[in-house]
Amino acid sequence: MSAEALSSTEYIKHHLQNLTYGQKADGTWGFAHSAAEAKEMGFWAINVDTMGWSLVLGFIFFYFFTKAARRATAGIPGPLQNFVEWVVEFIDNSVRGSFSGRNPLIAPLALTIFVWIFLMNAMDLLPVDWLPQLAAWISGNPHLYFKVVPTTDPNATFGMSIAVFLLVLYYSVKMKGVGGFVGELTLQPFGKWGLPANLLLEGVNLIAKPVSLALRLFGNMYAGEMIFILIALMFSGGMVLAFTGGVLQWAWAVFHILIITLQAFIFMTLTIVYLDMAHQEHH
Amino acid sequence: MNINLTLIGQSITFFFFVWFCMKYVWPPIVNALEARRKQIADGLAAADRGKHELELSAKRATETLHEAKQKAAEIIAQAEKRAAQVIEEAKDTARLEGERQIAAAKSEIEQEIMRAREQLRGEVAALVVAGAEKILRREVDAKAHADLLEAVKNEL
Repeated sequence: MSAEALSSTEYIKHHLQNLTYGQKADGTWGFAHSAAEAKEMGFWAINVDTMGWSLVLGFIFFYFFTKAARRATAGIPGPLQNFVEWVVEFIDNSVRGSFSGRNPLIAPLALTIFVWIFLMNAMDLLPVDWLPQLAAWISGNPHLYFKVVPTTDPNATFGMSIAVFLLVLYYSVKMKGVGGFVGELTLQPFGKWGLPANLLLEGVNLIAKPVSLALRLFGNMYAGEMIFILIALMFSGGMVLAFTGGVLQWAWAVFHILIITLQAFIFMTLTIVYLDMAHQEHH
Repeated sequence: MNINLTLIGQSITFFFFVWFCMKYVWPPIVNALEARRKQIADGLAAADRGKHELELSAKRATETLHEAKQKAAEIIAQAEKRAAQVIEEAKDTARLEGERQIAAAKSEIEQEIMRAREQLRGEVAALVVAGAEKILRREVDAKAHADLLEAVKNEL
């Protein structure tokens, strides 16, 4: 799409690379200029675009919600309060439906997950080149890597799912005690003589929770993003193809509204369910 | 798409957001919702109470009206009775007065009669004496026969 004649492969690859900041091979600190360079930085590097956008979106979320919360009255609500209350009631109902225990953390957690992930996913609906081009124009570097959808970065989805996993572990131990939790992992379903098999089964079960949580969201958003990129490629293929691309992009965006909401909802619901399981003595 | 420090950064951000949400966003909104729910419930209860009260007062009003009507009827009946009594009393008084007047007239008449009789008796006696004088002019001495004349006069 950009004037510098990128090949389709390069275009796609360019769109799938995060803006990574870390220590380069020669020992200096800076942004990686290629996928290989980003790889070389290893673990001690940071995806500035992912972090930046997730923080910005989180603050947008909290800006509006705290504004509504500060002015919340029992009287006639304004439009913002109305909307916020609608979301809050929706979350509250979901939590009541799935979570049987009593824990003041769960509902705010679910709200944060739902709205934050929804906003991060919603970045997908912006045409794939707008923000990267803007960033390239501002930075003066036409090859600047810039991914605007944080949930297409596995770091973001795994970051959240690991946080949820830690909460699951914390509440499992808190509610059942260390012995109870270990017992749950080792003493069922086959009784104490099948201990290795139990540990294997329950261990996989436990680990599968954060992995599936993160990969489901990442996979859906990554695939959606990929399709947007492929559609965007059509814009450089002449009038007819560009027009078709426009129609396709519109259609996919409409369909994607469903996906981004659904994925945010699934992530939230599964989190509630996992935490509910962590709270239950026997299941 | 490398796993790097962003992972931990995201987790920290996530915990921070959750904490913030739990501290500053969720409670005020839920409290407001709860307060409104309570307000609505109170309002509905008050409306129910009002309706009930309205029914009661309507009933009370009907009762009062009924009572008033009854009282009015009673008063009218009493008044009628009283009027009849007054008329009766007036009649009695009039009759008594009439009787009294009749009695007075009768006694007066009797007195008149007595007086007339006295007068008449005197006049007749005088006439008799005069007649007798005329008849007995010469033979009867008024002085000598005074006793006789007096006796005649008394018999009349």
